[in-house]
Amino acid sequence: MPGLTQAHSVVAPSTASRRIAGALVIVYAIITMIPLLWIIATSFKTPPDSISYPPKVIFTPSLEGYVNLFTTRTRQTPEVIATLPPPTTWYDKLVRSRNMVIAGPSNVIPRFVNSIIIAFGSTFLAVFLGTLAAYGFSRFKVPLKDDLLFFILSTRMMPPIAVAIPIYLMYRELGLSDTKLGMILLYTAVNVSLAVWLLKGFIDEIPREYEEAAMIDGYTRLQAFRKAVLPQAATGIAATAIFCLIFAWNEYAFAVLLTSGTAQTMPPFIPFIIGEGGQDWPAVAAATTLFVIPIFVFTILLRKHLLRGITFGAVRK
Amino acid sequence: MTELPAQTAFADRVAEAMPSGIGKTVRGLSDKAIAWLFIGPTILLLLAINIFPLIWTIYLSFTNYRANRPNAEVKYVGLDWYHRILGDADVWAAMQTTAHFVIWTIIIETVLGFGLAWLIDKKFRGHALWTTVILIPMMLSPAVVGNFWTFLYQPQSGLFNYAISFVTGIDPSSFQMLGSVRLSPWAIVIVDAWMWTPYVMLICLAGLRSIPDYIYEAAEVDRASPWRQFWSITLPMALPFIMLAVLFRGIENFKMFDMVNLLTGGGPGSTTEVVSITLKRQAFESWRTGYSSALAIILFVTVFGLANIYVKALNRVKQR
Repeated sequence: MPGLTQAHSVVAPSTASRRIAGALVIVYAIITMIPLLWIIATSFKTPPDSISYPPKVIFTPSLEGYVNLFTTRTRQTPEVIATLPPPTTWYDKLVRSRNMVIAGPSNVIPRFVNSIIIAFGSTFLAVFLGTLAAYGFSRFKVPLKDDLLFFILSTRMMPPIAVAIPIYLMYRELGLSDTKLGMILLYTAVNVSLAVWLLKGFIDEIPREYEEAAMIDGYTRLQAFRKAVLPQAATGIAATAIFCLIFAWNEYAFAVLLTSGTAQTMPPFIPFIIGEGGQDWPAVAAATTLFVIPIFVFTILLRKHLLRGITFGAVRK
Repeated sequence: MTELPAQTAFADRVAEAMPSGIGKTVRGLSDKAIAWLFIGPTILLLLAINIFPLIWTIYLSFTNYRANRPNAEVKYVGLDWYHRILGDADVWAAMQTTAHFVIWTIIIETVLGFGLAWLIDKKFRGHALWTTVILIPMMLSPAVVGNFWTFLYQPQSGLFNYAISFVTGIDPSSFQMLGSVRLSPWAIVIVDAWMWTPYVMLICLAGLRSIPDYIYEAAEVDRASPWRQFWSITLPMALPFIMLAVLFRGIENFKMFDMVNLLTGGGPGSTTEVVSITLKRQAFESWRTGYSSALAIILFVTVFGLANIYVKALNRVKQR
């Protein structure tokens, strides 16, 4: 090994070129983050600040966007507001300073809950089915294995709008339109292909000797799978689950075409957060911020497995 | 994994219930049985949610069925829709719009992505952290990205217009990225490049890292110039990875819907109407189910062909 390291230093880039490379990458990273940081900043602006010209970099932070996101409000004249009992909470006060009265909660919480239920439900099912199928493909002689694997992958590559036409008709017949169950099944079907391919890669890496040893000890194949393979594959299963979760969390095309109310998730809901006279940008930005924070966390958790995930397990670094 | 113990218990009970004589045979067969028990549910689910609907779509593409009139009489129209689509100027216009979008995003993303990967491969201090930062956009929801870029593209107050006017001195309210026929195709290319350059970068980085050091050492010994090394070692050896990224971006952008739907919705007019938007308009706004089924089948076949090439490319990279 020392020989190798030494040899490496012969072709290692010079300090100067390394610094220039670093500076360029950092500049790109900062430019690329500006749109996101801008949205997060906008979520803490007041509506007038959010559309002021020139754009305001320094502003007094306000939670109006978040209050507007979680409530529906009606406009009242100052005289009517004066007759009301004094506001009891900070958000009541904030809304009344805009000559509005809180009418009730908005739909955002049910939409968030839908997103969570559908994402977790479909992820659980896809990872469960995917682990079994990946193990089957990894360890057994399956007739037409390569064709089946290609078939599984090709289902994920289909244009969602094209798939949505028959699904729309099928769900109408089956009463699954605009239901969480329907969306969970659909996302499971889309995610299971990724899960099979990713998990097959992870399980291929686990030496067969583990199960063989367990089976010599008297375990059945299923017990060996459960006691020897699953614990070894835990990291891979977790990474796969996060990928499925991100897909289901982010999905828009099916959601916008197949749900309208009770099963609607966040992505089709966010663009329709409107205030008086058009989009209420601080509220939209607040929803976007809350929606993307889990993705930041997941990206950091996944950073070592990202490459695998985006190439269906083929490129492993 | 709570269902696994139950399944194991079930299999055990089945095994116990077998007469001991054939127990050995069952044990011998069981691997095959387990294989199908494990793979079967996935295949069944995909048959129910992908293949059955696909066959239904093929059937619908030969009929005049309209989803908004489920009770009307369904007539067989043969290959009429296919004929009409191939001669439809709007479809060809949408194909051209899609091609423009696919080609330019691939060029920009490949050049930027490979360049970034090449810089990151110099392993400067903190490169791992900055790489993670760069990767964030591709993890976001394309719909949410499209939506918030409409905010950045606002003619007067938008940050993008302001930045452009700051750099070039043009009045920020003098141009509309999303409202103008000339600029809107580029508006979607910019957002796509912002979002997906990291994707190409990540795959190129894997390609660059797969090149063993001894090749460069040999080149060094032969006194090959850095320029020569780049063209005869770095680029050819990373090429399979670049192709993989290009193919996948090509497939994804060929069927692009979310981001474009939220940025421009295909407008102004139909300047940014990519094929998926045409399909959505025909299927869910005009309710021409037969026509849109035929268009969907044409898209299916195209994507299926591309996916086939993609898998071959994947296998090539895998062998390295």
